[in-house]
This record gives sequence, structure tokens and C-alpha cells, in this order.
Amino acid sequence: METKKDLLYSNDHEWVRVEGEKAYIGITDFAQHSLGEIVYVELPEVGDDLNAGDVFGVIESVKAASDSYLPVSGKVLEVNEALSDSPQLINEDPYGSWIVLVELSGKSDLDDLMNAQEYEEFCSKED
Amino acid sequence: MKDYNSLIFELSKEGRKAYSLPPCDVGETRLDSLIPSSFLRDDEVDLPEVSEVDVVRHFTNLSTKNYGVDTGFYPLGSCTMKYNPKINEDMAALSRFSDIHPLQPEETVQGALELMFNLDSMLSEITGMERVTLQPAAGAHGELTGLMIIKAYHENRGDKKRNKIIVPDSAHGTNPASAAVAGFEIIEIESDKNGAVDLEKLKAVLSDEIAGLMLTNPSTLGLFEQNIKQIADLVHEAGGLLYYDGANANAIMGIARPGDMGFDVIHLNLHKTFSTPHGGGGPGSGPVGVRKDLVQFLPIPTVEKKDAKYVLDYDRPHSIGKVKSFYGHFGVAVKAYAYILSMGGDGLKNASQEAVLNANYIMNKLKKYYYLPMDQVCKHEFVLSGLLDNENHVSTLDVAKRLLDYGYHPPTIYFPLIVSDAIMIEPTETESVETLDSFIDVMIKISEEAKENPEILKTAPHDTNVRRIDEVKAARNLILKWDKNKQ
Amino acid sequence: MHRYIPNTEADEKQMLNSIGAKSIEDLFVDIPKNLRLEKNLNIHGPLSELELSNHMKNLSNSNKSVDDLVCFLGAGAYDHYIPSIVKHLAMRSEFYTAYTPYQPEISQGTLQVIFEYQTMICSLTGMDVTNASMYDGATACVEAAIMAVESARRDSVVVSSTVHPDVRKVLKSYMRFRDVEVIEVDMTDGVTDIEKLKSLVGSNIAGVIIQNPNFFGIIEDMTEIEKITHANKSVLINYVDPISLGILKSPADYGVDIVVGEGQSLGNSMSFGGPYLGFLATNSKLMRKMPGRIVGQSDDVDGKRAFVLTLQAREQHIRRYKATSNICSNQGLNALIAAIYMTTMGKKGIKEVAEQSAKKAHYAMNQLTKTGKFKLLFDKPFFKEFALTSSVESTRINKGLLHHNILGGYGLDKDYPELKNGLLLCVTEKRTKEQIDKLAQVMEVI
Repeated sequence: METKKDLLYSNDHEWVRVEGEKAYIGITDFAQHSLGEIVYVELPEVGDDLNAGDVFGVIESVKAASDSYLPVSGKVLEVNEALSDSPQLINEDPYGSWIVLVELSGKSDLDDLMNAQEYEEFCSKED
Repeated sequence: MKDYNSLIFELSKEGRKAYSLPPCDVGETRLDSLIPSSFLRDDEVDLPEVSEVDVVRHFTNLSTKNYGVDTGFYPLGSCTMKYNPKINEDMAALSRFSDIHPLQPEETVQGALELMFNLDSMLSEITGMERVTLQPAAGAHGELTGLMIIKAYHENRGDKKRNKIIVPDSAHGTNPASAAVAGFEIIEIESDKNGAVDLEKLKAVLSDEIAGLMLTNPSTLGLFEQNIKQIADLVHEAGGLLYYDGANANAIMGIARPGDMGFDVIHLNLHKTFSTPHGGGGPGSGPVGVRKDLVQFLPIPTVEKKDAKYVLDYDRPHSIGKVKSFYGHFGVAVKAYAYILSMGGDGLKNASQEAVLNANYIMNKLKKYYYLPMDQVCKHEFVLSGLLDNENHVSTLDVAKRLLDYGYHPPTIYFPLIVSDAIMIEPTETESVETLDSFIDVMIKISEEAKENPEILKTAPHDTNVRRIDEVKAARNLILKWDKNKQ
Repeated sequence: MHRYIPNTEADEKQMLNSIGAKSIEDLFVDIPKNLRLEKNLNIHGPLSELELSNHMKNLSNSNKSVDDLVCFLGAGAYDHYIPSIVKHLAMRSEFYTAYTPYQPEISQGTLQVIFEYQTMICSLTGMDVTNASMYDGATACVEAAIMAVESARRDSVVVSSTVHPDVRKVLKSYMRFRDVEVIEVDMTDGVTDIEKLKSLVGSNIAGVIIQNPNFFGIIEDMTEIEKITHANKSVLINYVDPISLGILKSPADYGVDIVVGEGQSLGNSMSFGGPYLGFLATNSKLMRKMPGRIVGQSDDVDGKRAFVLTLQAREQHIRRYKATSNICSNQGLNALIAAIYMTTMGKKGIKEVAEQSAKKAHYAMNQLTKTGKFKLLFDKPFFKEFALTSSVESTRINKGLLHHNILGGYGLDKDYPELKNGLLLCVTEKRTKEQIDKLAQVMEVI
């Protein structure tokens, strides 16, 4: 399982890359691996105001449909349209394939997230 | 016809037809003089144009690409794939059963109403319930109806805070789904190591917010829930009701009754226990039975007998309403009724006994080759957990696919979820010892192949009409209908 | 021993030996004694095949079929002609004794039939996608309403009072338990009241449900309804008679979002109300909200065309407690029958059935209203059903007709108390001029 040092992680297996007041969000290598071959990604609407813990998308593989929970509160600025036609991008490059870009409502949510090392330990318990 | 591979649309040719109607004898009128042309379509519906022989050969050839109970052994766990008696089909097709309109005056459908009334009594006797409705269309629909009744019961008592249903983690997937659709929150409880309800875990979640518990008995592992009385008492003491999922009723007919175990609401699957065919996915029929004080909540209409006449009773103020058009799958009910009479009370009991005997026989022979997690007497089915000594990592799916090469329908696989690599085998009572022996031999042979030639399993099936299908491609590149313009 | 149970006593003995049990009773030791049924089930039988057949025929003879009676009754179940080959082919036991096609390698028959069924339902409705069928028209309508609620994220639906009363009843039972409000919009002169619809459709309305032709057989003004619905970003649901689509504009032509209906007319016998099939078709935008089974085309490992269940990930057996629908089975055999029927009738046949039904219904209406004893209840364009009114109670008319072996119409006052003496009649392509003339003649003197 791969992790990236500069990212933050949630216990629902989403990663967060903070850039100033904005953050890119995707799912981790661990998540894509346990889902298997992804066949569809349901994206939120641009402009949606979401709270931390809200469902922002659904990721479907042949064997599972999994809700993705937003780890931080914020407004959806952009969605990764490329995933509509090529959902397998998440399997191929989970950390390169962001799902949404949000404008953070605040930074306090970030305190609840894990760093790469903590996330690796978390996953080793889940296995 | 070898390798028939045509879609009906590919056979279509302008000018051909497969139907004939008498000429219209009410005079020549233009359609647009009757209905304004703005409502009429400009084009014709793009349906096939083929001859009658084309239709017959097409569907006959397609049928040969299927595997039914009439083709061979079908030990699909939890599905009770028993023989579907032919006489039942003839009876349901009798013109005075099949060609009657659901809204005919009651005096012209007395036979149909009598049949429904009697089937209600028979199913009530078998399950130990007060009354049964035939309205639900399938097992899952029965669950939903039963849960609506449970909700109506609590609401009628003025108890509106009961919004949770307990479902064991071994339950059929439809149980939690039905509870969700009925507007309940689901509390899942972990089973104990034998797959039974863990009494301590149950106690921990019981409260005045619990509307009920859904359970199947025998459990999805094919084991009788021995603590059922205690479970019922606990749930009842907490003010909840007990729901019985009848998927596994083939083990207990004439032997034990859900009503006597303490269940308040039950459903049965006529397409499992009562021999009606599965039809390649339906129609099923999921009658729901209730204890006496819940009869008032049954869907409308019920069939009642008044002064030697059978009538439909819509005047039931506490009813949950209708869950389906008309009265349910009457055509399926006819077949189940015919089956029950063919068997008689003692015959039904014997069916359950033989179903249990057949399951135990296979289980004992296979446990030397496959891992049997619960080594005890099973009921009508049992669950294996993959191959023993599986050094070559042959999966349960591989075993199932290899069975296809040997001409068997595979067991249910990867269910229940609480057993890893589950192989769930339900032989039913309509199979002979010779059939079981042949199947056992093949299962043993496959376990040997797994050691000596695992590749042949991992690439199975080899001898079927088509081989393993690319499900990822089907889901990513959705083709859900034939498109003339893409050919 | 019983004819359906092959094990002999000798077999039993040998099997028990192999298990290490002394008797069958040993296999039931796990059922506590106090739960064992002490008595024999009080159920008649066993009957031999001959006894059973006699019993069942006797019982059925207390019914009158539409072969015994000339049927002018519709209201949700229809006496259309079923070509002989439909039953012959549907009764191939490889089809009807199979389970759900979870093992696609040995279920290509069922899977291809569903794929062809899906294609034909899409042709008929003009929609992009459909599923492998639902329990019946009423439950299909409920599922469509739930799709609307889920996709619009609003918690009320509007249904026209010209929608079949049973469909509205089923909708209300389901929605009561989901806390979705069902609002009925009144009718004027037998059609949905457009002004009232306009005033009801607001920001809380997820979907609008319209039957077309409606319960009275009347063709609704879908163009106006579509504008109102979509201006409010609600989902437009249309409940249709599939036979009517042989001649009427398709729901897709009107911009409908979800089409549902009762598929019984497509070759299924009336069987006292079931089993039938519901169909549900939608546009690609709502495709992933669609419940039920769906068959897709793919290839096998050798590159051969093959069919398989797809979009299964959201099905209840995987989603479990997050499911928005709990439907598991489809009406496989009834969908097969519908597919064979649509294939047999084909492009020309479906049109001819619809045309003859419409023409004969209009002829009947003219004959029945000639003397003025019966009047059209609503003077609006209709398809194969129409409502009459007179000074005579509908039950009395039907009684009189039954006396002449005619199955009369549906008394409307049961569901619409304001339509006293309203009688809904249906005429299909099966009726002859002679039968219609007889109907008019008998009704004239009741």
C-alpha cells in the first residue's frame, strides 16, 4: 500500500491535499485496492455546500458501491470530470486522481485527520 | 442449432410478420378523425419484423442456452430449487383460472376466492399463524409488507419512537434493504461463532426504540436457532415484534412452526418451499402471515367467507393499505395450492425430513475435502468455507465455475457473508441418492484438480456456451439495448 | 413414497448409515422438544394427479372466464389477444425452471431475452434505458416516485387523481412509511386540472405522476404538464398503457423523465390479477437511480458476445442497509412473455392492435350514446376506454349484462363518489361488431 507524505488522511480512506484555502480530495490507494476495478464515479454538483461527514460521491466497482464522505467542510469548486469517462484513473493513480476541489470553510477539520504514518498504522489494523 | 448467436433484431426484415388479426369490422375510419393527430405518433415503433417460424426458432434456441431444474441438479443454497411439478402448470393454465379478470363480479369468481381463502388457511396451519395475505409479489416484498405491519402495530398503540429494526449480520441482504425501505434504521448484530444470535449482544441493543427483530430459522448457515424461545421472550419483553424470514422454511414443515416459536409476523416464499417455478427471476410470491391481533393491519382486500359466499373485504380501517395491484400473484397461488394438496400434511413433513437427510448426507461426504466450519447436524442446507489444504489458492468462484463444466448448477457462493469463501449447498428433497452421489463425486474430483491442475479451475468453465464474461467491461462500457445505428 | 420424493426406504437406511445416524429423528435433535409440533398438519391430501386435476377443475368451474363471458371490462387488466406461440415458447422449461441468471455462462437464454426485452421497451417508450421489469405497474410507479425523491432531494410527490386508484393506493402505503407526502391534484372534466397542478407544483415537489391515457381512457395534455413540471425542476413520471404506444406519441416525445406501466397487455393472461410485470424506463441522466436488475452486453474471455447482469453494485444484496429499493426478483417469466409478444406482433402488429382497439372503442361509444340514454361522461379524446353515465346505477347495468353473458364495465363511483352511475368500458381488438352491437342492444333496455 502506497501513501504520500504531503497528504492528510481520513479514517474513511480519503486523502486531502491542502493548498492555501482550498483542498483537493480523493480516495487512497488502500481504498481503491479494496474496491477493486472501479467502473463509475458519481460526482457532486459544483457549488454544493457540504459539511465534514457528508457524502460527496459514490464510487462503484463491480462488487461494491461505496459512499465517499467529505473529510472537511467546504464548498465544491470543481469536480474532476475526467473520472466520468475514465473511472479507472483512480485505480491507476489514486493520488493523482482527485475527485473534488473544495474551498475550505475553516481549517479546524484538518486537525482530525491523520498524517501518512498514522494512516499506515490505521490501515494495518483494518486489514 | 449449434452456436446460435443471433439477436432477434438481426433477423428482422421489412415486410415479414408473425401475427394475424381479423380485419377490422367496424368500418373504415381514419384514426385521426377519432384522435387528434397531435396526440398520434408520426413513426412506427421499431419492433422486429420476423415470421412466425423465426420467432419460434429464436426463442427455442435461446432456451437451450439456459439451465433449469428440469436440466439437472441445482443445489443453490437458500433458493430451494426443488422440482416444479408439471401438473401445477396445467392447473394454473386452466382457462377458468388464467382467463379471469380481477375486477369481475364476485359471483363469477367464487372458485378463485375459495382457492385464496383455503390457501390462506393452509399456510396459516403450516406456520402456526392466524391469517395470511397473498398480496406480496416476492420474498422481499413480503418482508416490506411485514415491516409495514410492524410499524402500523406500534403506531396504532401510540408508540411512535420505535424506528429501529435489528438484523443479524448473517441475514439475507434483502432484510436490511427492506427495513430501510420501510423507513427503519437498522441495527446489525454480530452472530456468535456458530452463526446463531448472540444473546448478550441482542440484550445490549434492545430498548424502547426497537420495533422488531428479523430472523430466519434455520439460520442462513442451515442451523436451527436453538435459543429462539429466549430470543422471542427478550424481544417481546422489550416491546418489539419478531419477524420470520421464510426463505428456509423447507426444513421445518410439519416439524416446528414459526408461530409456536414466538414469531409475530412471517413471510413464506411460494417459489421456494411450495414448488412454484422461479421463472428465471420471477414471478415469485411472498405471502405474509400474522398473529391474531395483527390481522387488522393486513393489506386490503382480504378474502372472507360470509353466508357460504366468498367476498373481498375492503372495509378494514387499520389496514396498511395496498402493497400491490389487485390480490397478488394469483397464478402462482394456484400452483402452490395444487402442490400442497398433492403432498398432503404428512407429505409436507416428509418433504422436510428428506430435504434434511439429503443435506446431511452431502455434508458428511464433503467435509473431508472442503472446510466445514460448523460440524454439527444441519437442516435443509449447509455452508462450506472453501477447499481444505488449498495450497494453490483456488477460489470458491473457481470451484463454482468448474462445476459448470461437469453439468451442475453451482451452489450459492460467498453467502452468508459471515463465512469466508462460503459454498452454500441445498439439495432439496426431490433429488435421489444417485444424483447426490454423482454430485459428491464431482466435488471431490474438483478438490483433486485443485491440487493437481489448478489452472483448469482458474480458467473454468471451458465447455459452456460462453465462458467467463468481462463484467468490468459490461459496467464501464454500458450497452443496455441493441442499437441499430451502431451495427 | 411420494412421486416427488425419490429416496426409497432402502436409500434412507443407507444414507443414515453413512451419516452415522440411527433414524431421521436423529437429524432433528437440535430442535427443542417444546417447539416440536405434536400433531399432524391439518391439511387434506395427498391427492393423486387425477384426483387433484378433478378437484382443481371443479373449483375453477365456479369461475366464469372471459371465454364464458364477452369482456368489456378493463381498468388496469386487459383482454387483448394472445397469439398461440407466446404460451408455447414461454413454457419451455429451460426458461421457467431456471433461477435468476447469477451464473451467466449457463443463463445466456434468460439474459439475452432480457436484453431484447429492454431494447423493445425502450423502442416502445422512446426512453434511453429500462430494467429487467418490476412486480407490476403500481409498484413500478412507486419506484419511479422514489427515484424522483432521491434525485430531486425533495420530499413530496404530486399524483393526478386521474391515475388508476390502485396505483395511488399502493403509492400511499409505501410513502406513508417513508415520510414522503403524496399530494393529489384534482381533475376537471376527466383530465388533470392544469391550473391546480400549476398551483401545487412548488419547490418541495420531487415528481409529478400522470397516467396517459388516464384511468378514464382519456389522453392527457402532456405538453402543458411537461412545461409546468420541468419549470419547477421536478421529475415527470408517466404511467402508460404499452399497447397505446402503438399509435400514440411516445412519452419521450413529451420529454417525460420516467415511464412506468403495467405490462400485462403484452401477452400475459389476466389470471385474476397476477402475475403481471411492471416496466420502468428512464433517460440516461437518471439511469443510475434506477432500481432492479439490468442486463448489459459484454464479451467472454474468447471475445464472444455475451450478456451479464450489470450495475449490480447498488443492488440491495450489496448496499444492504443503504438501499433505496429492496426489489430483488424481477418478473422474469412475464418479461419473457412480453418479449415474445412484442416480437410476434412486431412493428405492424402493435400498431394494428392499438388501432383496432381504438376504432372499436369509438364505434362502441357511438352505438351506446346514439339514443341519449347513455352519455359520454367526459367529452375528450380517448384511446380504448371511455366512461358513460346514465340514470341507471352501474351495478344494475352490469347485472343485466351478466345475465346475457357479457362482462360489463367498471363502476366508477367506488373510487369517485362524485361520478355516480359512471361506467368505464373497455374495447379491445378481440371484440367484434356483433358483440358490440349486442352490448348496445342489451344496455338500451336495462
